[in-house]
Amino acid sequence: MKINQIIGLIIFILGLFSFSVIPFLGTYQLEKEMVEAKVKEEHQEDMLRILEPMYGEEYMSNFAFVSDFNGYFDEYNEALKANEDWDNVIWDDYAFDLTKAATQGAVADNPNLYLAISVGLAVLGGLIYILPMYRNEPDGIKNDGIYFSSMKSRGLLGIITGTWLILFYIILYWFPEYLTNLVVLMDPLSILLSGNPASQWFLYGFIYTLAILVMGIRMFRKYKGNAYQTIRTASVMFFQLSFAFLIPEILVLLNKPWHDFKNIWPLDYSFFYDYRMEGMLSSGALGMFMLIWGIILIIIGVPLFTYFYGKRWYCSWVCGCGGLAETLGDPYRQLSDKSLKAWQVERYMIHGVLVFAVLMTAVTIVNYFMEFGLLGQATDQLHSVYGFAIGSAFAGVVGTGFYPFMGNRVWCRFGCPLAAYLGLVQRFKSRFRITTNGGQCISCGNCSTYCEMGIDVRWYAQRGQNIVRSSCVGCGVCSAVCPRGVLKLENGEEEGRINDNPILIGNKSITVKS
Amino acid sequence: MNDKTQKIVIIGNGIAGITCARNIRKRDENSEILVISGETEFFFSRTALMYIYMGHMKYEHTKPYEDWFWEKNNIKLKQAWVERLDYGNKTLHLDSGNKIIYDTLILATGSVPNKFNWSGQDLKGVQGLYSKQDLDTMEMNTAGINRAVVVGGGLIGIEMAEMLASRKIPVTFLVREKNFWDNVLPIDEARLINKHILEHHIDLRLGTELKEIEGDESGLVKSVVTDKGETISCQFVGLTVGVSPNIKFLQDSALETKRGVLVDRFFKTNIENVYAIGDCAEFHEPPASDRKNIEQVWYTGRMHGETLAYNLTAENPVAYQPGMWFNSAKFFDIEYQTYGLVPNEDKEGISSFYWESETGKNCLRLVFEEKSQRLLGANSLGWRLRHEFFEKAIEKEWTLEKVLKNLHKADFSTEFFEKFYKKVFKKYENETGKKIALEKQSFFHRLIGSRA
Ligand SMILES: Cc1cc2nc3c(=O)[nH]c(=O)nc-3n(C[C@H](O)[C@H](O)[C@H](O)COP(=O)(O)OP(=O)(O)OC[C@H]3O[C@@H](n4cnc5c(N)ncnc54)[C@H](O)[C@@H]3O)c2cc1C
Ligand code: SF4
Ligand code: SF4
Repeated sequence: MKINQIIGLIIFILGLFSFSVIPFLGTYQLEKEMVEAKVKEEHQEDMLRILEPMYGEEYMSNFAFVSDFNGYFDEYNEALKANEDWDNVIWDDYAFDLTKAATQGAVADNPNLYLAISVGLAVLGGLIYILPMYRNEPDGIKNDGIYFSSMKSRGLLGIITGTWLILFYIILYWFPEYLTNLVVLMDPLSILLSGNPASQWFLYGFIYTLAILVMGIRMFRKYKGNAYQTIRTASVMFFQLSFAFLIPEILVLLNKPWHDFKNIWPLDYSFFYDYRMEGMLSSGALGMFMLIWGIILIIIGVPLFTYFYGKRWYCSWVCGCGGLAETLGDPYRQLSDKSLKAWQVERYMIHGVLVFAVLMTAVTIVNYFMEFGLLGQATDQLHSVYGFAIGSAFAGVVGTGFYPFMGNRVWCRFGCPLAAYLGLVQRFKSRFRITTNGGQCISCGNCSTYCEMGIDVRWYAQRGQNIVRSSCVGCGVCSAVCPRGVLKLENGEEEGRINDNPILIGNKSITVKS
Repeated sequence: MNDKTQKIVIIGNGIAGITCARNIRKRDENSEILVISGETEFFFSRTALMYIYMGHMKYEHTKPYEDWFWEKNNIKLKQAWVERLDYGNKTLHLDSGNKIIYDTLILATGSVPNKFNWSGQDLKGVQGLYSKQDLDTMEMNTAGINRAVVVGGGLIGIEMAEMLASRKIPVTFLVREKNFWDNVLPIDEARLINKHILEHHIDLRLGTELKEIEGDESGLVKSVVTDKGETISCQFVGLTVGVSPNIKFLQDSALETKRGVLVDRFFKTNIENVYAIGDCAEFHEPPASDRKNIEQVWYTGRMHGETLAYNLTAENPVAYQPGMWFNSAKFFDIEYQTYGLVPNEDKEGISSFYWESETGKNCLRLVFEEKSQRLLGANSLGWRLRHEFFEKAIEKEWTLEKVLKNLHKADFSTEFFEKFYKKVFKKYENETGKKIALEKQSFFHRLIGSRA
């Protein structure tokens, strides 16, 4: 490692360290006015009373603040629940909003400074580390030492990284009130973009986008000379920055609903939810376009593009989850499980989630039009189960937190209902396949090892069979790492695409059907 | 032949032995199949050894089949060394002292690295690279060293140089030939690779042979001396000067051997019910005019295994008949593919058209018969070509021009990679005055990636 790269790494770690420490800085002081500003009309009276003991008191940590807040709040709610006075129980969660409002101290006073020494340093250090990578080295596969790396082969560094990610996701999804300092950092940028102060989701979107951009640059370095990888990476960087991050915020600035035009149901599982439908239907022509565009993508876009190009057009070129997996996750792609067992589990799980998403959406839509009590409750129940188990726990905590343990596509492979849908089209009606080159395979296993979807590519290649698998996201890395030029991603004629009984060319004595 | 169940014993779980076992099982559910091998418990890909050392993969990843595969297919495995054969009693004697009886015996014992009686060749730190054990030894021998010497400019030699370089160990690479592997590669290709080796900071010594290896008092290698009288100090010497059939334990018996186990085109040895396939087999007559008596590559081992399996399970055995020669390799970052006949030197009546990119990292050679202009073979570096295409073009005797006109169909390179055809045509035009144009593809066809 060059000296400047070591410096880069140190700067990066400093940035990450500040980022991890910042949530615990500052003091917290709640005022009456904050409750008036943040709490809904119908709860104001009660909340103002419940929280009264906290006003004007300075808390030295968010733990103390949140603990008191929860204490008073729960005391009130528990009493009502004990009396089965359900109507007066406050179901809304004000912890995050009020904690954020109460956040004080250096971080809140100088958000830009603290942004610079956390996220700023991490990005800077990351770039200093990444840019000199492989300089003055010929183009080629850069996998040397991956299995000696603690970070990339489930060593201590990998375990620490995975644990950090998992914790971050858990706090972000379920305890964001402990992250208010970080969210406060984002306020200036958020106000600039959308006119509103930041939420924890803005923070998340911002870091997510930066991760894709910085690690995308790493992809350019690592796969330099490989045009497919370069273009594909540029594509996911573009879609994340514009479609997933900037455009939705600008929409909010224009008083339109937050909307990611490239997110497709059922990955975008809330697309048909009440509030989303209302939002779109009440936003004039643009809202109407959002709705129609979304539906066109589902019923025409997915089958049509997948027919011509395979699911890769989405999964490794456009999608945000795919984008993160292909950039931040690239160092971990080799950790996916290639066993037949894993493939079996995968098929049950991913199609199970698809069925769940479809059923839930069907109930939602029926309820939307009929709106009767029981169904309404069932819908709410389904939404919260799905949101918790699939939307947050699976897609977030497991999906990203498990990168260093099970590879970078855990969500895409085992959980994403859109991937399941795209996969069905890819498997049964598509021009996409990975062609194997006659008898040239030497069974070395590089392709299988580096397939992030855990496809045993070699199994097919060594018997001269085209790879037609619903899970293949067309990342092209198997083809890149093959030392014998055996694999080619192609969109070709449907005829001959599936060759279940291939003949390995080269032997004229007999024709061996594999 | 497969009405009664018999016990088939295969020695060697390499590509030849394993392919044979798998294909017998596909056609014969009943026979008992036992594969005995000393090196590893399970079949692994020898060609991937380098990637373990380089940290691209672990040993686990080099196994082409999961461990449950063998039991499921009722192929028995035994890890042991066979020490002696008793053909009269159809008995194998194992290193453990155990005996195994067979009805049919298949020898698929592979190769061992060559050594040419250099002085010092048995010092510690001097080794070849063939087996998993060799790799483990190499791991130990190269720990903490500051220079390695690789002797022998062949495929394994360059792999070893790449392996060592991946660990940032400075490498001196002694190559007897004037240019890298020019006993196989034509001069242009060989020179292209010379340059690439240097680009990887390998101390390449062309036209240089090893004279002797010197050790210190503790029996550790300390330097090599070349035929030019130069002494190069080093702590590791890789000897990669080819391989020979691994038949030591088979010699001095009733079995007929020369360099390898002598077999006919049905892989039969001189002893009834004993066959030999893969690297260890030596044909009485080469199986084709462009082939050698001993075939030492991965896919020939596979084809031997396939053919013998067929013969052991079919009514009418067929003679082994390999198709067009093909092979591939990778020299550091540059992939190499070859199809058909590509002589390394000028031959009567044979010409070739050669194109090289301006970066010097890609080339294409098309070899053709002068009189008929028909294609005989092709070489490429840094340009993936379609095997199927060349098999057809050579078999159907396409002319050079026809091949050029269809070059886009031969292209197997990754999407969005530079298409070299235009440059190739330009060179062809400059050399011959003849213009080649591809049929134009419509925008729509290009958009959907149609091959037709
Ligand atoms: C480093 C390296 C890289 C290579 N790369 C390529 C390549 O890229 N392309 C290519 O085409 N070829 C390549 N080859 C050559 C190719 O690997 C061999 O041709 C092929 O593996 C031979 O297969 P086989 O089944 O005949 O023998 P082997 O794979 O050698 O298998 C024979 C097995 O039999 C065992 N055995 C031998 N004697 C006994 C005994 N007495 N008792 C028990 N077991 C015994 C051995 O231990 C061994 O495991 C490479 C070889 C090496 C060493
Ligand atoms: S099969 Fe190849 S292209 Fe498909 S996901 Fe796996 S590595 Fe990527
Ligand atoms: S990487 Fe290439 S040569 Fe190796 S097993 Fe896969 S297809 Fe075969």
